[in-house]
Amino acid sequence: MVIFGGDMSRYLSIIKKVGDYIWEIPTSFKEGMRVPGRIYASESLIKDMDEQVYDQITNVATLPGILKYAYCMPDGHSGYGFPIGGVAAMNVEENGVISPGGIGFDINCGMRLILTNLTYNDVKPKLKELVDMLFERVPAGVGSTGFVKITPSQFREVVEYGAKWCIERGYGWEEDLERTEEYGIMKGANSNKISDRAIQRGLNQIGTLGSGNHYLEIQWVKKENIFDEYIADKMGFFPDQIVVMFHCGSRGFGHQVATDYLQIFLNVMERKYRIKILDRELACAPFNSPEGQDYFEAMKCGINMSFANRQTILHRVREVFSKIFNSDPEKLGLRMVYDVAHNTAKLEEHCIDGVKRKVLVHRKGATRAFGPGREEVPDIYRDIGQPVIIGGSMETGSYLLLGTKRAEEETFGTTAHGSGRTMSRTKARKIWRGERLQQDMMRRGIYVRSVSYSGLAEEAGGAYKDIDEVINATHYAGISKKIIRFLPIGNIKG
Amino acid sequence: MPYKYIEDLSIADVAFEAYGESLEELFLSCALAITNTMIKDLSKVEPIFLRNIVLENDDIEMLLFNFLQELIFYKDAEKLLFSSLKIKLKKVNTNYKLECEARGEELNMAKHELLVDVKAVTLHHFQVKLSEGRWMAKVVLDV
Repeated sequence: MVIFGGDMSRYLSIIKKVGDYIWEIPTSFKEGMRVPGRIYASESLIKDMDEQVYDQITNVATLPGILKYAYCMPDGHSGYGFPIGGVAAMNVEENGVISPGGIGFDINCGMRLILTNLTYNDVKPKLKELVDMLFERVPAGVGSTGFVKITPSQFREVVEYGAKWCIERGYGWEEDLERTEEYGIMKGANSNKISDRAIQRGLNQIGTLGSGNHYLEIQWVKKENIFDEYIADKMGFFPDQIVVMFHCGSRGFGHQVATDYLQIFLNVMERKYRIKILDRELACAPFNSPEGQDYFEAMKCGINMSFANRQTILHRVREVFSKIFNSDPEKLGLRMVYDVAHNTAKLEEHCIDGVKRKVLVHRKGATRAFGPGREEVPDIYRDIGQPVIIGGSMETGSYLLLGTKRAEEETFGTTAHGSGRTMSRTKARKIWRGERLQQDMMRRGIYVRSVSYSGLAEEAGGAYKDIDEVINATHYAGISKKIIRFLPIGNIKG
Repeated sequence: MPYKYIEDLSIADVAFEAYGESLEELFLSCALAITNTMIKDLSKVEPIFLRNIVLENDDIEMLLFNFLQELIFYKDAEKLLFSSLKIKLKKVNTNYKLECEARGEELNMAKHELLVDVKAVTLHHFQVKLSEGRWMAKVVLDV
């Protein structure tokens, strides 16, 4: 079937619908495409997808070593080099490349989900007090600094040991590690591969949310929003429960690592490796080259910084709940569900044409979604599949899903990561006013605090795609399975 | 203002166009656009601290890219924002050489109305060009 029409007729006329939620762009679309592009989306999502996504995903398809398809998830929108929601697996045995543009500047930007044994009625009377204290104790916004004071050499330990470094210093529980992707420590991180400037930028930022689309949210599990009662119960959820979800990354540190290597790659790519690319943000080097390996080891430091950041924030969240509800975090049941990474490249084993191979999977604004049985999924979830945490806008809702075998077969074990923007920040600021939005949300039962009213306006729910539509696309495409939808009642933003 | 923010160049981030009669003026416009992305009122950033930035590159675009990165570096490493910059640019053989005296102060939430944190300059649509006798740059910031 071929779809015609729309503003993007140039693209829509050549996109083929190859499954209920799968759209394909053939290699004939652009010179140099080594594989077709594949977009996972419903019909309405594909029609509203911004034009640059098509251009960027087909650029990705030209990268050396790319396997099967250049993918874009249903929440996809334009990014730098890769689109947000972009996925590419590279053949590392035959000159496949690694590209910072396929990972993103905010290395291991990700989500963490925390249970409580509190109900909506327990929290409602104290919501304002709770959000205000979280806002005070979890620093957010431009120039915010965390409470962890360390030296540059200790920072090197943080980026090599990740969340484990935090646990050893009392910022968390041993069981948190098992409930974090990579068990909270990305092996092979090498702090000799990061610059002093990167360290200086990150040194004071452990335990800070940042700004932009980063947030911490108090959410409500309503009975009608539990889609699989058996699994929800097994994972520790119950109707009317309150949970905590937050989204943040590796802060200035990860960005500096990405910027440093973007420039290194631009210098060697053509001159040394004869690789030609269509966009400077796709700068890359062969995975098996000195530069490629250096970046891989440095990028892993970014992954660990981010795990440490989220672990430290969790510690603060537990402290605040303990104070407000006058009880131990253990008694309040503040256990982690899971922590997922959005912006990474990882060496993983995947089955291609019936043969198991090690490939480098770039996920940029996309979540790993392994099904039951994979050894990377911790024991506690191995029989049900990896938890996938997808945050929506602050006004609408978020989801817990599980990874599937089908994702492993079709998308190198990958699904969406958020709802995806539909409108630029500058445009959103013209439509909404932060103060007004805050009052409107309050009336709807969502108490939000932000260091910046204009930042708040930029994050208005209307600037995002419909989260339910995105989740349903991943669910019905079979690349993740929805378990619970969460409603926001309290939010802090950078 | 010698810069303006653009609505539809980047969906998730911030894009601007900046102008200058000379390259020095263009670099200054870009620097102010970055500070103004992070805080609302530039006039509230007083020129208390001085940092000297010296850079060299054979490519004018990459020189601007590195210069803007430098400002972001100081924001994270020392919490410094700059509002007053003296920029000298000259061509030495094939290289452009930049010397900048950047003055500003530490970010202070009580004094400066915060907007959004700039985390990186990207090369997405990044451009420096001379058009009808005037320099123009297009920059997308990762926020």
